[in-house]
Amino acid sequence: MTNLFGTTSLPGFFPRTKLLSMDGGKVFLSLLIVVTIGASIGNLVFSPESIFYVDTYTITLLGKYLSFALLAMAVDIVWGYCGILSLGHGAFFALGGYGMGMYLMRQIGDRGVYGDPLLPDFMVFLNWSELPWFWQGFDSFIFAMCMVVLVPGLLALIFGWLAFRSRVTGVYLSIMTQAFTFALMLAFFRNEMGFGGNNGLTDFKDILGFNLQSDVTRVALFSLTAIILGGAFLLSQFLLSSKFGRVIEAIRDSESRVRFVGFKTENYKVWLFVYSAVLAAIAGALYVPQVGIINPGEFQPLNSIEVVVWVAIGGRGLLYGAVFGALLVNYAKTQLTGLMPEAWLFALGALFIGVTIFLPRGIVGLLSAKGKE
Amino acid sequence: MESLDSLRELMRRDRVFDFLIPEQVPSVDVSHEVLLYVEGLSVSFDGFKALNNLNLYIDDGELRCLIGANGAGKTTLMDVITGKTKPDTGMAYLGQTHNLLNKSEADIAALGIGRKFQKPTVFERHTVFENLELSLRMDKSIMSSIFYRLNSAHSDRIAEVLDIIGLANQSRQLAGALSHGQKQWLEIGMLLVSDPRLLLVDEPVAGMTPQETENTAELLTSLAGERTVVVVEHDMAFVRSIAKKVTVLHQGSVLAEGNMDEVQNNPDVIEVYLGESH
Repeated sequence: MTNLFGTTSLPGFFPRTKLLSMDGGKVFLSLLIVVTIGASIGNLVFSPESIFYVDTYTITLLGKYLSFALLAMAVDIVWGYCGILSLGHGAFFALGGYGMGMYLMRQIGDRGVYGDPLLPDFMVFLNWSELPWFWQGFDSFIFAMCMVVLVPGLLALIFGWLAFRSRVTGVYLSIMTQAFTFALMLAFFRNEMGFGGNNGLTDFKDILGFNLQSDVTRVALFSLTAIILGGAFLLSQFLLSSKFGRVIEAIRDSESRVRFVGFKTENYKVWLFVYSAVLAAIAGALYVPQVGIINPGEFQPLNSIEVVVWVAIGGRGLLYGAVFGALLVNYAKTQLTGLMPEAWLFALGALFIGVTIFLPRGIVGLLSAKGKE
Repeated sequence: MESLDSLRELMRRDRVFDFLIPEQVPSVDVSHEVLLYVEGLSVSFDGFKALNNLNLYIDDGELRCLIGANGAGKTTLMDVITGKTKPDTGMAYLGQTHNLLNKSEADIAALGIGRKFQKPTVFERHTVFENLELSLRMDKSIMSSIFYRLNSAHSDRIAEVLDIIGLANQSRQLAGALSHGQKQWLEIGMLLVSDPRLLLVDEPVAGMTPQETENTAELLTSLAGERTVVVVEHDMAFVRSIAKKVTVLHQGSVLAEGNMDEVQNNPDVIEVYLGESH
């Protein structure tokens, strides 16, 4: 049977090539395009009285779901394909979010509550007189976007290099990733860190000169999220269906054999981890302008675990399975927390246990098995 | 002035920077006809001496059998040679120049040492073809893997090996679905396709039918000469059928060495190993 780390002692149930086949991917991409265009037109063209009208709240909600889907895909790439169970990808997501948040804070300018032209409100509140060095440059969008990619990428490189070179695997690695995100959460909660303490960054006004509250900006952000999700899917599909992907899956199944065949497995794992972290960071950067806030709560260990649950439910080892899981669970969460907020965590736990026991390949894995019969 | 000179040297336009020149792995030097040198090797695990001052020399092109009771150190020796285990003392060289003890598993594999494990280890969720493709002797860096396209030389080589190991009809099948004997053969095929200089083969015929055992013996004997083969095996009939030279290990060191008859008549060997089965 397969276990959480993807190792197996029985022959695989599904031919790998079938699961990687482009068919499912094509369905996913077509759906993504149709929903994105449909929802955008529904919001911008039709009047609120029309039955085709999609309200802005739904657009923002969809945009949020899609950025979660990108995060889930990032986790699936390391967990489903390489057996690295990262319980700290929320940290990369949050770091990307903070990068975007810092840019948006600088865009507020003198429209803040205290009206300081340079300092964000929380710094004025803390009686700081000048902008810390690490806030310099974030008034430039290009610079901020580079940081969104570089900072989490570099952190993942250092973390991965230390962990994989020392051959830390399995539960030990998972615990380290939990500690990693927990440590960052504690650090970001401190006011002295200069990232707004437990309030985080919020009260954003505009992005690249466009008002964040306007319908057009909202639709544009949602569409951009969909485009980036589709692009990331195609790029990851290309990488994982190349020989590189076959090496990655071989590492998941029998790492020592891969070493004796002559591959430097730690390099493969480190760079896959960095790629995945960068995807998670981009997801965070897309998430923040749509929800309008980033705070240290995003670093909570529980958030990262929740992402793993999405992937497990959707179907790990399948890029669109992870996307499906993220959309499904988040939709359920939105509905259920509206009805019975206190029941949500129990429902999530029950869902995770049920899927692990009855659907080891997740819902999409079940569907593709049914499809073959 | 000195720094200016070195700068000039660095900027010379008739050649590329030193760090851009691909590292040349010097070929294995076997001018003394010995391919593998193992001297004074000791490994202990929590006080248990798995290898105890072991000396072993394997000639280039030789087929050597290692025998010995459980715990004699056969597998540990292979672990040391392939870089999995670091010894406490001693040395291991491939040819005259390559010190195996300061290299990683991947580097040692790139030098041309291939290993077949005691328990067949193939990539179960990859097809037979993909198993061989991954094992091809080629650049194993990340970039070349991403942009790799199967060329005709490689697919010919894979087809050739598929024929040798008799799995041509199963090439699109998942390796996990093969029978035990077929997995053993696939793993041997993975060794062959990488064109190794030295093959370390741990219990190749465990779980094979008599027919398969015979085929394996034939294959291994045909490889010797061109390549160097070291076989660890318990099956004495099999060892007798292939071996010219046998090394008997006992408690981590060499007890006897010679052809099968010499070894079998050696009083020490009779006492500690063969004696038990007689």
